[in-house]
Amino acid sequence: MSTRTLVFSQLARVPGVAIALVGLCGIFAATSPGFATPANIANVLTQSTILLLLALPMTLIIMTEGLDLSMGAVLTFASIVLAMIAVGTGSITLAVAGGLAVGLCFGFLNGALIALLDIPPFITTLGTLGIAQGLSLVVTDGQSVVGIPRTIEAFYSGTVAGIPLPIIIAALAYTLTHVLLYRTRFGTYIFALGGNREALKVAGISVRGMLIRVYMFGGLMAGFAALLMTARLNSAHPTAGIGMEFDAIAALAVGGTSFERGNGWLLGTLLGVVTVGVLRNGLNLLAVPSSAQVACIGALVIAALFIDGLRGEQ
Amino acid sequence: MSMTGKIAAPRFALSGDVMQMLYRVLAVVLLSAILAMLSDVFLTANNILNVLRQTALLFLMASGLTLVILTAGLDLSIGANVALSGCLAASVIKLTGAPLAGVGVGILCGTMVGLANGVLVTALRIPSFIATYGMMWMLTGVTYYYMGGETIHGFPAGFRQLGSGYLFGVPTPVYVMVLFLAIGALFAQRTIWGQQIYAIGANPVAARLSGVPVERRLVLVYTVSGAMAGLASLIILARINSAQGDIGEELTLPAIAAVLVGGTSLFGGSGTVAGTLIGALLLTVVLNGMNLLQINSSWQPLATGIIILLAVWIDTRTRRLGE
Repeated sequence: MSTRTLVFSQLARVPGVAIALVGLCGIFAATSPGFATPANIANVLTQSTILLLLALPMTLIIMTEGLDLSMGAVLTFASIVLAMIAVGTGSITLAVAGGLAVGLCFGFLNGALIALLDIPPFITTLGTLGIAQGLSLVVTDGQSVVGIPRTIEAFYSGTVAGIPLPIIIAALAYTLTHVLLYRTRFGTYIFALGGNREALKVAGISVRGMLIRVYMFGGLMAGFAALLMTARLNSAHPTAGIGMEFDAIAALAVGGTSFERGNGWLLGTLLGVVTVGVLRNGLNLLAVPSSAQVACIGALVIAALFIDGLRGEQ
Repeated sequence: MSMTGKIAAPRFALSGDVMQMLYRVLAVVLLSAILAMLSDVFLTANNILNVLRQTALLFLMASGLTLVILTAGLDLSIGANVALSGCLAASVIKLTGAPLAGVGVGILCGTMVGLANGVLVTALRIPSFIATYGMMWMLTGVTYYYMGGETIHGFPAGFRQLGSGYLFGVPTPVYVMVLFLAIGALFAQRTIWGQQIYAIGANPVAARLSGVPVERRLVLVYTVSGAMAGLASLIILARINSAQGDIGEELTLPAIAAVLVGGTSLFGGSGTVAGTLIGALLLTVVLNGMNLLQINSSWQPLATGIIILLAVWIDTRTRRLGE
């Protein structure tokens, strides 16, 4: 494929998600007066940061023809461990380290089961979803963890030079993932894992090691997302993050990452995350219950996959 | 159709399959013996009937799912489908006072959801685990929205017999289970459509080339899975005598576990409906035992998750050794 056709194929993808985003913004701006205010837009972007932290690694995972259904449950469990350590020891450093460690452990477990035992990703992560969800309920006995030191809140509500801290964290995460995917050998191998796994094996690359690292990256990012979520709620709840992986999958599906052909697009994921964020925010402003919002996001995903399917046939 | 009749698919009569089945029965017996030693309650008539009733429910959900997994697909929406079908059926029974209307609506709703899954998987070519996972969240959203946190309870006594009644001392759901075990086993092993389902799971390309209408059979298995979820929802309603937005939600993982423990391969093409019955029994005995030993119910998703991973691991190992 020449550079020009490559650039063109990238541009050809823009309209779908961009049109969806602009269209939704137009609809909500017209129907609810509170939508197009600077405060609300800042709110949408800040709230989208947690989702972005999940959607970025999920894009990479799906590019390897994988899937991580456990992300929401792992985020929840990491948030609980983080909160419990913070309450128990009062040490923020220890708490954050604990949350990240939970994410990394689950990422490693997912990667190891998938790569070493050859268990298909969707069933592996369905199993670890059950494990993480069970652990969250067991250690909290179904109760919220409250009384977290106030300093944790700053990770979500604080600002640096007028920019909200979560936006800065999200920007760093995006840049890191972008460099990882488009500028390193690791990223090149991820493209190969989805497109031509056999070639990678023939070239002597350890496919198993690659897969484990990709899922560990996902776990680590879920740990960071847990930090932001705990800071936002100033508490941890055993069902708080359940289903967040669905929003992440929705975001990247809307953003044009394909499930079957394993070609991902990071900028599309970013736009997809904002689209899902705008949809949720707009429906909130229109007082649509959160249960009905899930159905709307589901419809959005099916529409996106339908369009993706039509493209695939061309 | 003469061509499709010649497809060689695994039959239950193979001795290897019988051995596999015996191992699983042995596991259930061993587990029961251990639980009988640990708990005085386990072997009481009441508890045994309770285990059978719960097994019947899990089997009904898992039997349709077995056909889906035989085609190398997955249906993650069955639990959410139970919730929506059950809540709709409950409102219809309350509104009309006619249990039969509720039964009709429950099964119809389950079937339509299954049909929608089938269309997503075949016409839109969305991988089944993604399509049914999206469907699961959509159904959950719709159900919670529809119920608005309310509970519907108090159904006619006749309807409740379906879930909590007895016939000759045996719980009614057990008869339903035996009926569907017979139908399911006959369908899978003795009909051309059943054999085609095995063929699709074993090798979809070969199946298509030998003239199997792959898309139509796939739509069929997802529709059956949905219909069975609708039926299961009625049994739950009749047993607990109430409907809430979250009924059946916690049964998706155990149902998947029951199919996989029952020896149906996640990769399609091998397994039996009878095996799923043993799997459902094993899962129910494990969960019942955890209850009797007063282990916090929070441990149940964790245990189910580990059982699923173990079952698939054994499956992948067996396949690798076979290659």
